[in-house]
Amino acid sequence: MTHAEHAPDHYYVPTQSHWPIIATISLFTLMLGGATLLNGGSSTLLLTGFALILITMFGWFGTVVRESEKGLYSDQMDRSFRWGMGWFIFSEVMFFAAFFGALFYARTYSVPWLGGETSHGVLTHGLLWSGYEAAWPTNGPSDIGGFFAPMHPWGLPAINTLILLSSGATLTWAHWGLIEQNRPQLLKGLAATVALGVLFLSLQAYEYAHAYHALHLTLGSGIYGSTFFMLTGFHGLHVTIGAIILAVMLFRSLAGHFTPQRHFAFEAAAWYWHFVDVVWLGLFIFVYWL
Amino acid sequence: MSTASHTTDHGHDHDHDHGPARGLSRWILTTNHKDIGTLYLLFSLAMFFVGGAMALVIRAELFEPGLQVVDPHFFNQMTTLHALVMIFGAVMPAFVGLANWLIPMMVGAPDMALPRMNNWSFWIMPFAFTLLLSTLFMPGGGPAGGWTLYPPLVLQTGSAFPFVILAVHMMGASSIMGAINIIATILNLRAPGMTLMKMPLFVWTWLITAFLLIAVMPVLAGTVTMLLTDKFFGTSFFNAAGGGDPVMFQHIFWFFGHPEVYIMILPAFGVISQIIPTFARKPLFGYASMVYATASIAFLSFIVWAHHMFTVGMPLAGELFFMYATMLIAVPTGVKVFNWVSTMWRGAMTFETPMLFAIAFVILFTIGGFSGLMLAIAPADFQYHDTYFVVAHFHYVLVPGAVFSIMAAAYYWLPKWTGHMYNEKLGKLHFWLSVIGVNVLFFPQHFLGLAGMPRRIPDYALQFTEFNMVSTVGAFLFGFSQLFFLYNVIQTIRGGAKATDQVWEGAEGLEWTLSSPPPYHTFTTAPEIK
Amino acid sequence: MATSRIAHGGGIALSAALSLAWSMGAHADLALNMPQGVTAISHDVYDLHMLIFWICVAIGVVVFGVMFWSIYHHRKSRGAVPAQFHESTLVEVLWTIVPMLILIGMAVPATGTLVRMADARDAELTIKVTGYQWRWQYDYLDDGVKFFSTLSTPQAQIRNVAAKDEHYLLEVDNPLVVPVGKKIRILTTSADVIHSWWVPDLGWKKDAIPGFINENWTLIEKPGVYRGQCAELCGRDHGFMPVVVKAVPEAEFQQWLEQMKKNPTPQTARNDSRPSTVPGDQTL
Ligand code: HEA
Ligand code: HEA
Ligand code: CUA
Ligand SMILES: [Cu+2]
Repeated sequence: MTHAEHAPDHYYVPTQSHWPIIATISLFTLMLGGATLLNGGSSTLLLTGFALILITMFGWFGTVVRESEKGLYSDQMDRSFRWGMGWFIFSEVMFFAAFFGALFYARTYSVPWLGGETSHGVLTHGLLWSGYEAAWPTNGPSDIGGFFAPMHPWGLPAINTLILLSSGATLTWAHWGLIEQNRPQLLKGLAATVALGVLFLSLQAYEYAHAYHALHLTLGSGIYGSTFFMLTGFHGLHVTIGAIILAVMLFRSLAGHFTPQRHFAFEAAAWYWHFVDVVWLGLFIFVYWL
Repeated sequence: MSTASHTTDHGHDHDHDHGPARGLSRWILTTNHKDIGTLYLLFSLAMFFVGGAMALVIRAELFEPGLQVVDPHFFNQMTTLHALVMIFGAVMPAFVGLANWLIPMMVGAPDMALPRMNNWSFWIMPFAFTLLLSTLFMPGGGPAGGWTLYPPLVLQTGSAFPFVILAVHMMGASSIMGAINIIATILNLRAPGMTLMKMPLFVWTWLITAFLLIAVMPVLAGTVTMLLTDKFFGTSFFNAAGGGDPVMFQHIFWFFGHPEVYIMILPAFGVISQIIPTFARKPLFGYASMVYATASIAFLSFIVWAHHMFTVGMPLAGELFFMYATMLIAVPTGVKVFNWVSTMWRGAMTFETPMLFAIAFVILFTIGGFSGLMLAIAPADFQYHDTYFVVAHFHYVLVPGAVFSIMAAAYYWLPKWTGHMYNEKLGKLHFWLSVIGVNVLFFPQHFLGLAGMPRRIPDYALQFTEFNMVSTVGAFLFGFSQLFFLYNVIQTIRGGAKATDQVWEGAEGLEWTLSSPPPYHTFTTAPEIK
Repeated sequence: MATSRIAHGGGIALSAALSLAWSMGAHADLALNMPQGVTAISHDVYDLHMLIFWICVAIGVVVFGVMFWSIYHHRKSRGAVPAQFHESTLVEVLWTIVPMLILIGMAVPATGTLVRMADARDAELTIKVTGYQWRWQYDYLDDGVKFFSTLSTPQAQIRNVAAKDEHYLLEVDNPLVVPVGKKIRILTTSADVIHSWWVPDLGWKKDAIPGFINENWTLIEKPGVYRGQCAELCGRDHGFMPVVVKAVPEAEFQQWLEQMKKNPTPQTARNDSRPSTVPGDQTL
């Protein structure tokens, strides 16, 4: 890769781009479609929106990849990407924090209050929910969603924890391969990571099916079901996205895209994957275990 | 905006120092921070008029007791949308627009760090507002549960519901990307020698604001997502019967909502800290303490949220904690006010329109801050809460606070942006009508609140009549005065006396070393910072 | 100079507007300030309110005073030459510590009042208040007396086709009746959305949250009729669900209670028609 045609003191300013406006229209279609569907309408718009988003992603990321391969990006640009990705991940952390906050609030405050604990809960319990015994997991005093059994941490979830942790290791191993110009190690490591991600997702899909059918644990199972499925669900969505990105990185590596010095796309994918990993640890501890 | 003189060197050295493209595509496809800044500012101005028109509907209905103008349900839609439009459509985009125009010029950067994402952040906004405002035409009308979207009431919204939630998601995405861009620009694109502690205060306040945005907008996204699933997918986050709690929503919402109000005021502090030294012809007093004060306000803003919920029935310890933490914010904010006053002290002041707005800001924002401090006293807030005293408080900090700072900024930098001087006489007229109008509009609302008038009501008991009338008169005075602003801005864009590069005698900073208007691309090679 | 002329004109207009507000304030029954109320707590709250108000006024006078002084004296048109100082550790430390001390001065009495308000022990009477869209239900838990309280202002007045009564929008069919001189515990909750039960003369408001009970108390010193309103947005008719409390001497209260026990659901013409600003339409 060469940067020769690029004067070092000259900043790279992209010219006009049609991708952002296409992305906006795609997003708008997706949102409009989502709202229409939720209001009982058809899903055509939503699916169109999805398709448009996919096209945008191919197009926009494709452009960036081509520019990168042409050596248009200076070191400064590379740092901008780093800051951008870092803060994006921080925003994702805060998104999960909202749901962890809900879990924490329910377990420390609302459920004990409904069950009559602390001076604040005595009256609530006595006058409104006198039959209710606070416990966790719970689907609340009105038994919303009916009887269910909670998810046991030391079966599949524990296996999934191991899977995700090892995927973090294989990814780092791949990264070492990249840096040491050990191409087979890079490819093997990446392939293994993607495979572990897919395995994780399959097991989680199985776990969900098991929850719905065998445990009668659903999204509608009161506050436990709500927090359980929203947290693990959004996490699963992020694993899916992360696995797709890593798969793209695998294809780019096959195409010989990265150099030991310049491979921020790879690193960004890795950061994202580790973030997803850490969120899972939080989930495993607070949702499944404690 | 007029950049005619600079489009002449268009053509050679393509890819870099080219001028703007022609026609509509310039605006739709642009990656230029100045173009995007302009777009944000114009969008914000349009939204200010839309939100203002809704406020005038509210004020018209409240002119006298009885129902005259609108149906109560529509009144509630106006209240809700007025707030959402003003906050997310007018004030926030105005500050992002200012950031786009100014930060690269102030730190000596060629553009924003991520120019294409910058375009995307902007263009999401008009589409998000299309989604939001279209709900007014749906069966059941727009959202009517207040901008705070409290369940269970908000769950009674009709077909508008998913549109509102998804519009909020879009605005959030736009804000987060905008903030990421600003942080990356500030941290990565400063010219050599522009150390953090040499940055203009506007840049500092925006750095911290951007951090707040990235920290709290996702939390808003999360909590409105829970609303969505509670309504459509049977979850029980905010339903006691399932083990949840409606108050849980309020906690998560205000974890976003309180930092949000500082998101709307910190950049204003930055603007004022640029303007006062210029017209006092004296360096800003206490630069370092300004930076630390801003950071302290940002930090404290994360631990005070429940002062919006003193009446929900929190345990005593919670009430005490949130009361004390909230009161503490008066200290760093006071540092800012004192620094501004000390900057004026023994300066050599002149009072052009931007300075007039800045001075009015300092006084009227402080008055709003005082009422904020009164609200922070939990036992007294039991009386003030959900009355017009609160409405008076937040309009003082938002209108003669945030909005005045935006107007000050517009007058201050308009000559730089357009290359033309605005009409000073008209500017002063606009200022005086605004400052009188805004006080006639909001000052009586303190009395109304103390006397017991609740907020969010379309009709009221007879003893509240007189002050409501005064307030409505003030609203129309203030509102229509803004047409002078609109006119002045349009005239300045179209022509006018040529502005010098420095524009203001006392102005200091990199942006004033550039020509007025600055070339389409500035600092493609980094400037020298002493 | 143009600036000062305009400034002068603006100043006159501003003071005219303010004096207009004040002269209207002098108008006999036009309330400008928080009511002192009729309970010990409401007096505490009023005193606290006045204390922080005057502290803010005093700080305002000092800060704005210095500012106006320098606006007047340090203007370029008077030939002022700008100084160049931009730091002073001493004053910066001072104006961090002094506000801190002022705040502590406010926090101490505020804490006391808050602690007293939180103590609902030893109440002699407990009333459960339930918010509905859009009326209140009062339930005297110890006596089995329970009834709804609904806005009684006629539609015609709201629609401006009849003259408005003195207590327009602040009148109900069945007020809450309580004895004076007794500690009364008031429990708030809701049957649908969040409401907030508020009578300014009692010195507090408390939200009515569906699924939870909030506790508060009051001890009214003086017989009388005290009026308030729902204070949390609860839908279309949020502005039309007043609270009316009738405080009567103990004996009269007992008499009223006996009568209510005999006839547990007082009926009035409007009681079973929910108040709505749109006749016939009860949605939202
Ligand atoms: C720009 C927006 C903005 C800003 C800056 C502020 C600033 C402050 N706000 Fe405000 N607030 C809002 C916007 C804002 N607020 C909004 C929109 C709402 C209502 C939301 C809704 O319900 O819809 C609200 C509501 C609100 C409440 C809830 C009221 C209720 O619903 O019952 C409270 C309670 O504590 C509060 C407190 C404060 C405090 C203590 C400050 C402090 O930051 C103020 C600090 C400043 C000063 C104190 C003045 C200057 C200082 C000095 C001169 C130093 C010396 C002073 C002393 C020692 C006293 N605000
Ligand atoms: C930045 C935020 C912001 C701004 C700028 C404003 C500006 C104004 N607000 Fe707003 N307001 C809020 C934020 C803001 N408000 C919030 C958060 C709430 C709480 C909502 C809730 O309870 O959920 C609220 C609530 C609120 C209420 C209480 C409603 C209620 O409780 O029911 C009132 C009532 O007077 C009011 C009035 C006004 C007025 C008169 C202005 C004026 O300053 C507006 C001036 C501007 C104009 C008038 C526009 C310009 C001129 C024209 C329109 C002329 C005609 C021309 C054309 C139409 C082309 N606002
Ligand atoms: Cu009930 Cu408002
Ligand atoms: Cu707040």
